[in-house]
Amino acid sequence: MKPSTAAFGTPRWLLPALAAPAFVFFAAFWLLPVARLVALPGEKGWKTYFVVLTDARYAQSMLNTLTLSLVVTAVTLVLGGAVGIYLARRRFTGRGVLISLLTLPLSFPGVIVGFFVILLGGRQGLIPSLGASIGLSGLTFAYGLLGLFLAYLYFSLPRAIATYTAAAEAMDMQLEEAARALGASRIRITRDVWLPQLAPTTLATGAILFATAMGAFGTAFTLASQYEVVPITIYNEFTNYANFALAASLSIALGLVTWAVLFAARVLGADARTA
Amino acid sequence: MRPTTAPAPLLFVVTLAVSVFMLAPIGLSVLAGLVKNYSVGVKSGFTLRWLGEVWENYGSTVGASIGIGLACVAATVVLGVPCAYMLARSRSRAARVFEEVLTLPVAVPGLATALALILVYGQMASFRQSFGFILVGHIVFTLPFMVRTVAAAFQRDELRALEEAARTLGASFAQRFLGVLVPAVLPAIVAGCLMVFTLSIGEFNLTWMLHTPLTRTLPVGLADSYASMRLEIGSAYTLVFLAVILPVLWALQALAATLQKRYGT
Amino acid sequence: MQLERTRIEIVDCAKTYADGTRGLRPTTLTIEPGEVIALLGPSGCGKTTLLRLLAGLEGADPGGRVLFGDQDVTARPVEKRGVGMVFQSYALFPQMTVAANIGYGLKVRGVDGAERRRAVGELVDLVRLNGLENKRPAELSGGQRQRVALARAVAVRPRVLLLDEPLAALDAKLKESLRDELAELLRRLGITAVHVTHDQHEAFAIADRLAVMHAGSIVQVGDAEALYRAPAHAFVAEFLGRVNRLERDADAVARGVVRLGGVEWACAPLATAANRTASASVLVRPEDLQLGPRRPDWAAATVRHRTFLGERIHLRVEAAGQQPLLADVPRDSPFNVGDEVGLWIAPDRLMASMETAA
Repeated sequence: MKPSTAAFGTPRWLLPALAAPAFVFFAAFWLLPVARLVALPGEKGWKTYFVVLTDARYAQSMLNTLTLSLVVTAVTLVLGGAVGIYLARRRFTGRGVLISLLTLPLSFPGVIVGFFVILLGGRQGLIPSLGASIGLSGLTFAYGLLGLFLAYLYFSLPRAIATYTAAAEAMDMQLEEAARALGASRIRITRDVWLPQLAPTTLATGAILFATAMGAFGTAFTLASQYEVVPITIYNEFTNYANFALAASLSIALGLVTWAVLFAARVLGADARTA
Repeated sequence: MRPTTAPAPLLFVVTLAVSVFMLAPIGLSVLAGLVKNYSVGVKSGFTLRWLGEVWENYGSTVGASIGIGLACVAATVVLGVPCAYMLARSRSRAARVFEEVLTLPVAVPGLATALALILVYGQMASFRQSFGFILVGHIVFTLPFMVRTVAAAFQRDELRALEEAARTLGASFAQRFLGVLVPAVLPAIVAGCLMVFTLSIGEFNLTWMLHTPLTRTLPVGLADSYASMRLEIGSAYTLVFLAVILPVLWALQALAATLQKRYGT
Repeated sequence: MQLERTRIEIVDCAKTYADGTRGLRPTTLTIEPGEVIALLGPSGCGKTTLLRLLAGLEGADPGGRVLFGDQDVTARPVEKRGVGMVFQSYALFPQMTVAANIGYGLKVRGVDGAERRRAVGELVDLVRLNGLENKRPAELSGGQRQRVALARAVAVRPRVLLLDEPLAALDAKLKESLRDELAELLRRLGITAVHVTHDQHEAFAIADRLAVMHAGSIVQVGDAEALYRAPAHAFVAEFLGRVNRLERDADAVARGVVRLGGVEWACAPLATAANRTASASVLVRPEDLQLGPRRPDWAAATVRHRTFLGERIHLRVEAAGQQPLLADVPRDSPFNVGDEVGLWIAPDRLMASMETAA
């Protein structure tokens, strides 16, 4: 590493030395392995890198994942935003408890969320049982797209609620009061006062939600869903077919798409800040 | 933002619906782990039998997950705090590049990181089959969070002034790093620890690929039980997860709040 | 408490930052032992840069030297220079008590506990913080924090005390009372001190000498009265108090007079010394404009605006041939808007706006 520009009087080796342990660990256990992983499909021919575009099954899987992630992100932002704004402006007994309960699922592994959906809508689930008791059959939704969607929504909402509550609390009340004094309606206030102030949060949170949804594995794994997402495809290739190179290629594709979206969000966010 | 009491019926309904959607499954799961028979429901009566079976089959995973979580926290503190200081102070391009690179494990899916680790280290049998392999994966995944949180705290102007003040009083680097800087960013470090511990306890994507039957963590055990055991056992196991993680989270949060109050600048 | 009195010498010190900006031009200054000198100027003038060079927090460009007494400390980093510094935000260690903060420098030097406690006790008495030793900075008021910062800096018996806008973080009323306290404390300590500020009243109250700085250079050094009455540079005149500009055309300059309101006055002190060029403008302070009834040898002016300020009145008067002038008159002055008045300026109150040839 190049010597860094430290303050006058501090030795030049100090700053690099402080970062060295982290750097060495990171290089050994992430940079090197990922570099190897990225090189792996090349060993089977460079066409292997594009398998996500050329093979219909994989292309479908990627499309599924993209669609699901985008829709879940959009719905979560709207619902999470609404809840965040509501909770930021109210004070009632149990508010603190409610907020911590709503953000609790942030610590859940995806498998638990999948399990919740099975509890609610699996073969022995609550809703099918209730339905059966009033004569409605076939209300099992856990294993299809709806179940997957609800599960993804479940693990995405806590993050949106957490960030929007914090952001809404920091919103400037005076802007809203000024708008109301000028006669703005609720809808106008939402559009002209709230949304612009919450835009940075929306961008940043949306990016994280999208990245999480794209890479989510445990939830789909537990639900053994028909709707195949890329992480499941990768897993199957590796475990069932010992197709390491293919798994690597799909991982790279997934990583690229996710990184591209995060990067775009960061650039847009920075642009908005400097504008 | 000042609290209001103006009616907001749409927001209220949405909040209510979302709250029910989020909280009902948790309650349902807790209940399901304690009833004798899920299909029959509450009418079948309560029992602790399922909890017992969970403990028998999966008890070891609780200790494993907590152990890995704590080890992960310790490792990220030792590796991450000095690194965060360096990133906050250095103006070199190498530092900026390193900072960018550190954020990559978050963008790359856990699966990919796991595959990469197996590719390079899978042949070293003793390492591959140890908990250390899983720990390494966790550290790589959580280190960016610790570094980012603490680096932001180090960059604040008050921290620079504190460091300069300590320097004018004659403190060497070691003296001021341990005696002034670290205590001043302690709230950020604790917040980082909280995040790292939470992430480690709940980590599945990476861990599932790296685990062996002898090195199972709590989430891995959960997946196993959901696939192969009755609903009641899966629910009871989920209950165990909640019982483990909630007190730790609350304790860490309370610790962070106390520190902030006592030492906040 | 007896502290060492050190002479400080700054020789040709300049500072250029990594991105090329010049924070400080080559500067030379000598500070006498035990003297309190103020570096006074607007933001960006280089006063804080100079202070940090003295402290050793920044390194001077090659060729500059800093001497403490006989010792050349230019290459020494701050940890080894033996300076005491009070920061603008005080930079009190938040997790330590007042006593621990004050004793920190001693602890770092390995002074044992008993001796530390004694020294801290002496300092607590000196700055009158008795009873607050076990409080944390967050529990103290602004004035109390400032005193802790001062005590902490002085505890290690520094050779020079450096204060970076120490009163900037306080509100106006507190500033005034603390200003006098700080001045008195510095005098009692007898230590050589350098004090950075943008507030001229603060500098007047605390310092023995002032160095007025502008755009990276020291423009003039002297005691407060000398600088106020005889500024060598238009910038100094304008920075210390208010000033009116009287313009002169080439003819007036050649004849050494200034014209306004129909009269012509000689500007005697505007010596055209060899190394100076008499500039086209002449400066006069608002309080030096005398107003009265119209007289033949007085300038003719009209009052255009009147502002009552409590203890004084500000009048804006217009005289032919010049821009409107600001006059500062006593509270009972009878003039009102629209009055035709006579204006007179004592010749020795006309100040040269002389620029030294580059």
